[in-house]
Amino acid sequence: MSLNTSLTSVGRGIRIRVSGLGTFARFFWLLLRRSGIVFSRPRLVSQQIHFIGNYSLLIIAVSGLFVGFVLGLQGYYTLNRYGSEEALGLLVALSLTRELGPVVTALLFAGRAGTSLTAEIGLMKAGEQLAAMEVMAVDPVRRVLAPRFWGGVIAMPILAAVFSMVGILGGWVVGVLMIGIDTGAFWSQMQSGVDVWKDIMNGVIKSVVFGVAVTLIALYEGWQCRPTPEGVARATTRTVVAGSLAVLGLDFLLTALMFSN
Amino acid sequence: MPSLSTAPDDLVLRLSGVALGYGDVSILRDISLDVRRGQVVALMGGSGSGKTTLLRAATGQIKAQAGCVTLFDQDLSKASGPALQALRQKMGVLFQQGALFTDLNVFENVAFPLREHAKLLPTELLARVLDTLEAVGLRAAAHLRVAEISGGMARRVALARAVILEPELVLYDEPFAGLDPISLGITARLIRNLSDRLGCASVVITHDITESFAIADHVYLVGQGVIKAHGTPKTLGTSTDPYVQQFLKGQPDGPVPFDYPSTPKFEAWLVNQEAQR
Repeated sequence: MSLNTSLTSVGRGIRIRVSGLGTFARFFWLLLRRSGIVFSRPRLVSQQIHFIGNYSLLIIAVSGLFVGFVLGLQGYYTLNRYGSEEALGLLVALSLTRELGPVVTALLFAGRAGTSLTAEIGLMKAGEQLAAMEVMAVDPVRRVLAPRFWGGVIAMPILAAVFSMVGILGGWVVGVLMIGIDTGAFWSQMQSGVDVWKDIMNGVIKSVVFGVAVTLIALYEGWQCRPTPEGVARATTRTVVAGSLAVLGLDFLLTALMFSN
Repeated sequence: MPSLSTAPDDLVLRLSGVALGYGDVSILRDISLDVRRGQVVALMGGSGSGKTTLLRAATGQIKAQAGCVTLFDQDLSKASGPALQALRQKMGVLFQQGALFTDLNVFENVAFPLREHAKLLPTELLARVLDTLEAVGLRAAAHLRVAEISGGMARRVALARAVILEPELVLYDEPFAGLDPISLGITARLIRNLSDRLGCASVVITHDITESFAIADHVYLVGQGVIKAHGTPKTLGTSTDPYVQQFLKGQPDGPVPFDYPSTPKFEAWLVNQEAQR
């Protein structure tokens, strides 16, 4: 009896999760099908890029600076053991463009813009704004969700680029201005060691994939949440948890695909 | 049961033997009503009697569990996608809580349906929105954000948004709730004038007996999951039906129970509570 109950409960859990994945996939497909508004009314998307970008720009720039500082210090301590301090610029640039730029930006994006998106959509649902649009013969997926989705997808690589650039400046401040590494060596090692396609473009691809994942999760959670204050609060929490885990999981997969020999 | 007219030429909305509910639970059954062009129809009933559910059925937000909802001669159960969108473009809805877009100001809220469905020059759009706002007395509030206006003003803005496209059917969910006596009188006259001037049909869900009886052509009284009575305000006013009398006079005793009925779940919960103490 107990075994039966346990098996039933495991089966129910699996069914709920598989069904949830199906709903999520259908939501993504619906969003893609209603994305024609990106071309017919590009202003809606540019407004969202501006809005979402502004939400996260300050926190991403400040975080990038401190990550750059820490990379500069830690990199120097390690490279100094082998007498290779001049390679600090290369280490900072590769760390940021390949990994830390896209990943940390996406994590911060999930916590800042992602939660805002979920709360906004959830509150629109709770306030019957989405239902009002529907009865006005305006498709809320097309009018509200699609511009936000593409706004997030486009904003993410821009924010990741800002993060990496500010981070490199942070590494330069610590390495060159504070520790005294030769500035020519710092920049020239970086210039010769960073490959535009292999390093920078792969970083851009990563940030686009993370942008799709985090924005999609944020919109889905807002769209599916219970239209109550508690429901919206739970949905915003789920956005951070699911968004962050998705970013870390996807990062592992993408890194294995992009940088394996 | 109300009898159905046999002349469908000016019929805008018809519910025939409709049952409505959510999931397996039925809230309303055997509902039949007609709404015609130029008519103001009031739907009245106690809180939780299913009036808003009726409105949702008329907008196609929920499907009938049984019976048929016909909107502009089309069966709503068979309308989906572009066909449903086309039907909805002919109607305006005032939601119970207003449902204003909080990221837009008053002007943009009212302009929203025009921007989505009408190709107007900016000057035409400005003039039309300001004219509509003037009709609800809020022309000078056009620049205000939704957070800066009172609940009553928000309801008037929502009313302006519902009628800006001059729809053929307007559904009002509690249009008089939270309005001061002056706004209430003006809103009631506005609803009547719209139906008279544009020939649009209006369905007003309300508890306000005085105002709705003053403007309605026909009143339906919903209770206990069915339409308990219907007729002109005059016939309902003189009705000797104890249900109608209790509702119109607001008497505590009568066929309408004031107390929520006890259920086995409540009894089980109560036993559990008492056992814990």
